[in-house]
Amino acid sequence: MSGNHVTVPTGAALRVKALETILEEKGLVNSGALDSVVDMFETKVGPRNGARVVAKAWTDPDFRRRLLENATATVAELGYGGPEGGHLVAVENTAKVHNLVVCTLCSCYPWPVLGLPPVWYKSFAYRSRAVRDPRGVLMEFGVEVPENVEVRVWDSSAEQRYLVIPQRPAGTERMTEDRLADLVTRDSMIGVALVKARA
Amino acid sequence: MNGVHDMGGMDGFDPMAIEKNEPVFHADWEGRMYAIAMSLARNADEFRHAIERIPAPVYLDSSYYERWLNAMMTLLVERGQVTREELVSRGADPVAPAQPANHFKGDSAAVRRRRARFREGDRVVARNLNPTGHTRLPRYVRGKRGVIHRDWGEYVFADSNAHNAGKRAQHVYSVSFDARELWGKDAPRRDTLRIDLWEDYLDADRLDAGSTNAKPAKKKSSSITRSKRGKKR
Repeated sequence: MSGNHVTVPTGAALRVKALETILEEKGLVNSGALDSVVDMFETKVGPRNGARVVAKAWTDPDFRRRLLENATATVAELGYGGPEGGHLVAVENTAKVHNLVVCTLCSCYPWPVLGLPPVWYKSFAYRSRAVRDPRGVLMEFGVEVPENVEVRVWDSSAEQRYLVIPQRPAGTERMTEDRLADLVTRDSMIGVALVKARA
Repeated sequence: MNGVHDMGGMDGFDPMAIEKNEPVFHADWEGRMYAIAMSLARNADEFRHAIERIPAPVYLDSSYYERWLNAMMTLLVERGQVTREELVSRGADPVAPAQPANHFKGDSAAVRRRRARFREGDRVVARNLNPTGHTRLPRYVRGKRGVIHRDWGEYVFADSNAHNAGKRAQHVYSVSFDARELWGKDAPRRDTLRIDLWEDYLDADRLDAGSTNAKPAKKKSSSITRSKRGKKR
């Protein structure tokens, strides 16, 4: 059962096609406009945006400070914004706190910096378990958080959308911002992975 | 509504399947559905509520974008933009919602409150509300005691906006709960959860007895802080 569906339900393609045809006949949607929305999320918006934000925060203390104060305005400096990004909040992992983001009621996610969410983030398993057993969920992703570190779960129930700034790995002191950005994964910005010095 | 969508803390779902190098859309229809919803959804609260109104067995047996498809068709029919008959005759196979949309039962005479009722550090209790309409107050925090972490400012109230019953803008707070307050004494002592809650979901916590959050020393200092701030007003 569901939430994890990766295979295509055969009926859905036909049903969506039927709906699109009706809507287009009525002038409610325009096929070309739909194409550009799809293209935008397939090619332009995605976790590379967030990775750039994180790498900049790691290398530019002033940017980091502004990002933690007002993430929406600060990521806009890099040209990122739009739907589901109007009230962005950056939360930083430290030696004392590990942040993990979920949306238990639907699947809210910071689109402008991470793109659209992966299937596991939308799955019933993640939505149900991340709040009650975050350490167990993290173990399934291969992350063991020490007992003396606080696991802090953020359930995005209102307009705020959360971006985790993972800890910068040791041994990356000499890396450029671009190389650092290559190390930052989508999962690390949701809080289910750590960043490793070698991608 | 106390629907299956409110799944925080539940057991019994499939294990998580983590897919490597996942595409943005797994099939063309997913992208089309996403784009249709982005073009036609008028407000996110109304759209989320339409998803919640999918009958529970269908909700649980649908993929993410199938739920979007069912919800979008419900809204189009309710708005009168498309008829159910048109959808049926063309094979779009609409699913009737489990309940109608008009379930906001707030006080229509409520005065809009601009000044925040709570401040950072205040102890609060999430109200035990069980509205039949849309709400963003999940079951797992109802009746639980937490602390205001931050005031995010004023936001349109999802519970009324989903029903096109007014914006009722009010303060939304990041509220911090101890994992033990939410899940009992076996939860890790240090772990916490933060969730964003509208002011109408919260009461001041005046009954500290029996709460795992009750720490008398802290409580004293926070009330001192509050009275100091009060003088400034």
